[in-house]
Amino acid sequence: MDLERRIIAERDKRAVARLISMVENEDERAYEILRKLYKYSGNAYVIGITGPPGVGKSTITDKLVKLLRKHNKSVGILAIDPTSPFTGGAILGDRVRMQDLALDPGVFIRSMATRGYLGGLSKATKAAINILDIYGVDYIFVETVGVGQSEIDIVKTADTVVMVLVPGLGDDIQAIKAGIMEIGDVFVINKADKEDADKTISYIENVLDYNQEKDWRPPVKKAVAVNDVGTHEVLEAILNHENHLKKSGKFYLKRLSNAKIELLEITKQKIMDIINNSSHNKELLEELAIKVTMREIDPYSAASEILKSVKGGI
Amino acid sequence: MERPIRVLVAKPGLDGHDRGAKVIARALRDAGMEVIYTGIRQTPEQIVETAIQEDVDVVALSLLSGAHNTLFPKIVELLRQKGADDILVVGGGVIPPDDIPFLKSCGIAEIFTPGTPTSVAIEFIKQNVKRRN
Repeated sequence: MDLERRIIAERDKRAVARLISMVENEDERAYEILRKLYKYSGNAYVIGITGPPGVGKSTITDKLVKLLRKHNKSVGILAIDPTSPFTGGAILGDRVRMQDLALDPGVFIRSMATRGYLGGLSKATKAAINILDIYGVDYIFVETVGVGQSEIDIVKTADTVVMVLVPGLGDDIQAIKAGIMEIGDVFVINKADKEDADKTISYIENVLDYNQEKDWRPPVKKAVAVNDVGTHEVLEAILNHENHLKKSGKFYLKRLSNAKIELLEITKQKIMDIINNSSHNKELLEELAIKVTMREIDPYSAASEILKSVKGGI
Repeated sequence: MERPIRVLVAKPGLDGHDRGAKVIARALRDAGMEVIYTGIRQTPEQIVETAIQEDVDVVALSLLSGAHNTLFPKIVELLRQKGADDILVVGGGVIPPDDIPFLKSCGIAEIFTPGTPTSVAIEFIKQNVKRRN
């Protein structure tokens, strides 16, 4: 396997693409490679673009990336779209809004399907970020699926979260609900040429007034991304936030907390693998499930027994 | 884990009629495939670069402008140059029967003309995709 050399020495996009496929398919060899190459990561800044379906996440990403390219920054884009829970298929259509970027040698775009993973990202997104980071891009954009009210995994993954909204999504009570309104570091009201843009902004500003955090007030920017209006200001706000994190020392703390979450996720997965890959554990699970169903044992004690068996297997 | 087949549905050339491409994209999705759709008026270079970055198993081309004899072989050739000739390339659209042997000789695995049931295209892809690991 010469993927390592092709990624590091040759900066071969095909090798990068293949390694991302391997993590998507949970191919063990991919993790072997990532173990060796992880030391090359940590330099890319990760920007999450999130918001409900149809607000213009792909279009904004396209414009922001073009601005960064003018500053000679290289960029990776991971665009996530949902997998059908019924057929396992997916239409990944974010590239339609990014056609001009396809031939830019300083840009790498990968569409990813959620493959049943909830939370707005796919299971392999974090590993794909690591791969693009190793490959050596300056900025990584992660465009989430269109989110509802609680798909907030992006906050555990990105350094700066850009929440894209449009006028007319709801009143101020929608805006004070928990969830997506809490995770934006930068807010964008896109399609701001529509009626009620200012009203939407004032709702959001009102919500932000309640925020406890004093040293970063998320800016709320108006944009009409399709006409490239206001996108410059959005990029400026993102870079300001990057600056703020790095100067205040919060960058380290944020990455520390994200690393902890990543570690727990991987550990959880490994425990699941131990259960799924051992016939003994699988049988135990079956047996205990029957006992729980028959009310011979409670699920809490049963889970402890499975955990005991897993511990024995490590 | 059974991994889904990844397909790039692409429209090279200058016609703007993408109903067929969208119908195919939807049918492949319903067959459990991950379909990357890039929109109309793509150059062969864009299609090939996208196929590589998306690491697809299949490129499905749709074209109604009549430029298939130029554009389809160009895409196959560019894929070959990039070392990506393990990607299955199929085509569809209004393509005269007389042109099909030429296109196949250039490396297009199959041509689907109007009236082909989507199930035929799906089955062909499933049977002919070169599984890579």
